[in-house]
Parts: sequence; structure tokens; C-alpha cells
Amino acid sequence: MLPVPLATLELLGPPGERSATLSGAWTLAGLRNAGESLERALADAMTEPDLAWNALGIDALDSAGAVRLWRAWGQALPLALLSRPEHGRIFDRLAAVPQDEAKAPPPQGPTEWIIALGRPLLVLRTVLADFLALLGQLALDLLHVCRHPADMPWKEISANLFKSGVRAMPVTALVGFLIGVVLSYLSALQLRQFGADVFIINILGMGIVRELGPVLTAVLVAGRSGSAMTAQLGVMRVTEEIDALATMGVSRSLRLIFPKVVALAIAMPLLVLWTSAMAIIGGMVSAWSQLNMSHNFFFQILPRVVPLENLWIAQGKGFTFGIAVALVACHFGLRVRPNTESLSANTTSSVVTAITAVILIDAVIAIATRGIGVPKL
Amino acid sequence: MTAPVIDIRDLSTRFGEVWIHRHLNLQVEQGDVVALVGGSGSGKTTLLRQIIGLLHPTLGDIRLFGEPLFGGGVHREQALRRRFGVLFQHGALFSAFNVFDNVAFPLRELGCFDEAMIHDLVMLKLSMVELLPRHARLMPAELSGGMVKRVALARALALEPELLLLDEPTAGLDPDRSDSFVRLVRQLDKELGLTVVLVTHDLDTLAALESRVAVLAEQHILALGSIEEIMAVDHPFIRNFFLSDRSRRALETH
Repeated sequence: MLPVPLATLELLGPPGERSATLSGAWTLAGLRNAGESLERALADAMTEPDLAWNALGIDALDSAGAVRLWRAWGQALPLALLSRPEHGRIFDRLAAVPQDEAKAPPPQGPTEWIIALGRPLLVLRTVLADFLALLGQLALDLLHVCRHPADMPWKEISANLFKSGVRAMPVTALVGFLIGVVLSYLSALQLRQFGADVFIINILGMGIVRELGPVLTAVLVAGRSGSAMTAQLGVMRVTEEIDALATMGVSRSLRLIFPKVVALAIAMPLLVLWTSAMAIIGGMVSAWSQLNMSHNFFFQILPRVVPLENLWIAQGKGFTFGIAVALVACHFGLRVRPNTESLSANTTSSVVTAITAVILIDAVIAIATRGIGVPKL
Repeated sequence: MTAPVIDIRDLSTRFGEVWIHRHLNLQVEQGDVVALVGGSGSGKTTLLRQIIGLLHPTLGDIRLFGEPLFGGGVHREQALRRRFGVLFQHGALFSAFNVFDNVAFPLRELGCFDEAMIHDLVMLKLSMVELLPRHARLMPAELSGGMVKRVALARALALEPELLLLDEPTAGLDPDRSDSFVRLVRQLDKELGLTVVLVTHDLDTLAALESRVAVLAEQHILALGSIEEIMAVDHPFIRNFFLSDRSRRALETH
């Protein structure tokens, strides 16, 4: 076992004309092992500016030890210093370290708060401008594939349809079914008090088909596929894959973004249908166990209390939400800069913005369609 | 007699059905500069990753400074890992930190210095790798390839390692940058008395570092010695690697 390296400092002589003797290993490990007692001795030594230093006893000196001494000496060699010649070089190096140019404090003017207020607004403006450019590019792509149907990226659309549509079916089914069960259970508790058991079909049918189904699916897809799209585009940007595509004459928007948007525009209405169906089945199971309502009865009443228009509204919502989620995801994916922080920040923004956008759009559609598909009393 | 810095005995590595190394032995003494050379896919980088403990060998034993790499508790392993520094092929700088914070990170993790001391140490390390104070505020994405390697070297040197491992230190640098990087490593090696192990394809680097060469072929260390000694060995791989026209030109210029 090697001896434990230790940096030591001894102060000898009467006060006023003392000398400091350094010995041992002035290395990172030696400093760590010496700990507090060495710090105290150094602090004590620093109170006397004209101390004579004897560093001949230092067995090992590395840059950590040298910097510690350099700091104790006040960034300059002491006038009275005895040291080994081989240690001189590191002090020469320390003396040659260029001093950090004075960090100019940012000018704190009276207009500072206006600047602080305006900066996020300017960022918002560029974000919106980029988003608009993305939208315009997609419109151009659409026009292009209408004119040249051979350029339609079928393979990419199909792959995205599978990834973000088919692969999402289990999770949306599970969540939809459970939400249906919970909603039905809670409503049944209330309705039973009024003997209005039969209205559970109205509540479940209208609530799920028209509102809950589309929004729930959109939130799940934004979290699942939206984040994946952002991360994928982001990493492709960082690894310059997007640039490589561009140099091969392949349009990034036509091959990467357009298929994602089209795939989600197709997949989302189908997923909405699927999730709503699962939620209604969940609600039906719960109604059967809570209220003893037969499945046959449920199915007979459902079409009567939920007019067909609601289904079309839900499909329209699914279509719109799909486009919104894909656009937001791609937009933030293209904003990723080559560092991990930016990737995580943009993925977060992508999901949060997509969900917020979905809820906003939902509110607008709810107002626009308030007279359609509501059963007359 | 101190134990060799790196002591690999009877190492065998298997990936799936393929044996990468079989009965590989390698000893590196203190102060040595050893270059691992070998064809693509001969397992150079795998060996390096095993030396630094990122991969477990299938069979065999690796000791650093006479101590086994694994076992003996978290603190012993951590203390052992602080005795060597690694320069990864692509730098592996933390992209969310700027240059200063990248170099300061291992020092802060150590938890025994205050910020002012860390600042001075980082500035010293940066000047050692010939970077200027104004570079300290740059982000890794803003650096050129040569600067990334320098910052990564400064970070590898932050904890005063006794052993420095370099994975393809000059890959992706232009000849000029590559020369100056090799000069830098050599100068630091002399100044700090490091033991250096590097993986390289580049004969210029080999010749300029005046290193001992370990040839990795046929799943073990085929030969270990100075370039002249290696070139005297009659083996198809060595003939191809060192005695082709291109190689001759590279070696003659040094």
C-alpha cells in the first residue's frame, strides 16, 4: 500500500520573521487529504506578506497544488522563495495565464425593463413567422403533389400512419375504456338518486362522442407521437441528416413533414372513432354493473339520443387536431439547436403547445357548432 | 518495483458468437506512451473501453495501478476512476454546458475547492491546451473540431490524472491541426509525466509522438515495441500497415 499523499505547511520562527516550509505532495489528492488544517495554515501564512517560503521539500507538485499556492501568494511569486528547478516551470505557466478580461456588467439603464419585456415578444414573433413559413411550405408541397402525383411520398405516409396510428391503438383503447368506466360510475351514482337512470346513455353518448373522445385522443397522440416527431426531427437536425437529404435534392418538407401531417390527419379521425367506441363500451359495462342496464337496451337508445351529426363533428375535430399536433411537433423539431438542453426544451414546448392548441381549437369548434347535432327537447 | 499502470492478463472478449480478443496480454509501465494500432474492427476501441471500465471483459483480468477495476465499493471505484482521464473520439463535451463549465465539472464534482480556486484551475488548464480566456464562454456547438478536442483534453486533465487515454485523438483534424495537437500532447506528457495510451490509425501521429507501438491483430497483441522494432516483425498485417508506400512516406518525414 502506498503512503497517503499529504500536503503540509509549517510556520517556524518568532512572529514577524517567520518562514514557511512546504513539504509532502502538493497534489489534488494531497490537498484533499490535508483538508481544513492546511487551509487554516495557509490563511495564517497569508497574513504576513513578506514571509520566506521554502518549497524544497515538495515531493510532488501538480497544477492543483500550484494554483493553491499561487492563490496564497496573491497571484505572484513571493520575493523570498526556495524551490526545486523542475517546479519552476509550472509557476512560469501560471504567471503566463492570460488574465480574464474584465467582465463588463451589462448596462443597467432605465429602459432595461422594456428590453426584458420586449425580448420574449420578439421571440414570439420569430416563432410565429417560422410557423407561418412552415404552413406556407406545406401548402406549396400539397400543390406540388397535386400536379405531380408521382412525387407523393406514399412510403413515408404509410410508415407514419403505422407508427402514430396503429401503434397508438392499445394505449388509446385502454385509456378510453377506463375513462368510460369512471365517467359512467360517477354519473350513475348521481342519476340513481333522481331515478333518472336512463339518462346515463345521453350523458355518456353526447359527452364522449362529441367532446371527450376527440380531446382525449388528441392529448394522448400529442404526448405520444408529437413528442416522438419533435425528437426525431431534432436529432436529425443535430446529426445533419436533414442537410444530407437537402444535398441529395430531396425536399425536407415533402419527405419529412408533409407525410407526418398527412398521416396524422388520416390517423386521428380513426383513432377518435376507436377511442370513443372503447369509452362507450367502458361506460356500458359500468352502467350494466351499477344500474343493471342491459347492453341491448343501451344500444337501442344510443342512436336515438346522439344524432349522427355529432359523429361528423368528432371526425372534423380529429382531422383538425391531427394536423395541429403534427404541425406543432414539426415546427419545434426544426427549431432544435445542437445541444441536449435545446432538444429537451423543444420537446417540452412541442407537447405543451400541441395540447394547448388542441384545447383552444376545441373551444372554437364548440362555439361554431353549438346549434348542430343537439337533440331538440 | 511499482505495479504497471495498466496490466491486462489473458483477456478474452466475446460479442455474441464473435471473439474480439483471445488471451490478450498487455502491460504498460509508468511514463510510457503506447499507441494501439490495428485494422478496422480489430477491437482497439473495445479494448480501450474495457481499460476504462465501460465494458466488462468476458474472461481475464484488467488492473490499473495494480488495483482491479471493479469491486471494493463505490468509493474505491470512484477514487480509481479519478486517477485516469479519457479523451473520447468526438470529444463528448456536455453540450448544455459552456467550455468553462465543461472543464470545471469534474472539479466541482470533487467538492473540495471553492469557485475562485476552480476558476483559476480551469483557466490554467485552458491555457495548457492553448485556448484563450474568451473561449471559455463558448458553447460546444460553436467550437471547431480542433477546439473541441482541446477542450476535451483540458477536461480529461482537470483531475490531474496519472494516466491519459486518447481515442483517435487526431481523427477528423486537418494535418496542421493534427500536428499541433500531437505537439501539445507530447509537451503535456513531458511536463506532467503522464502515462499515455492512445488508439490511432494515423502514422504521422505515431511517428511524432515517438511512442511505443502495440499492434492488435488476430485477436491479441501481436507485437509491442518501438516503430523500428515493429517494422522488423514479419507479419502480413504489419507489412501492409507500416511498409506500404504511403506509410513509408509518412514515417520518413519524421
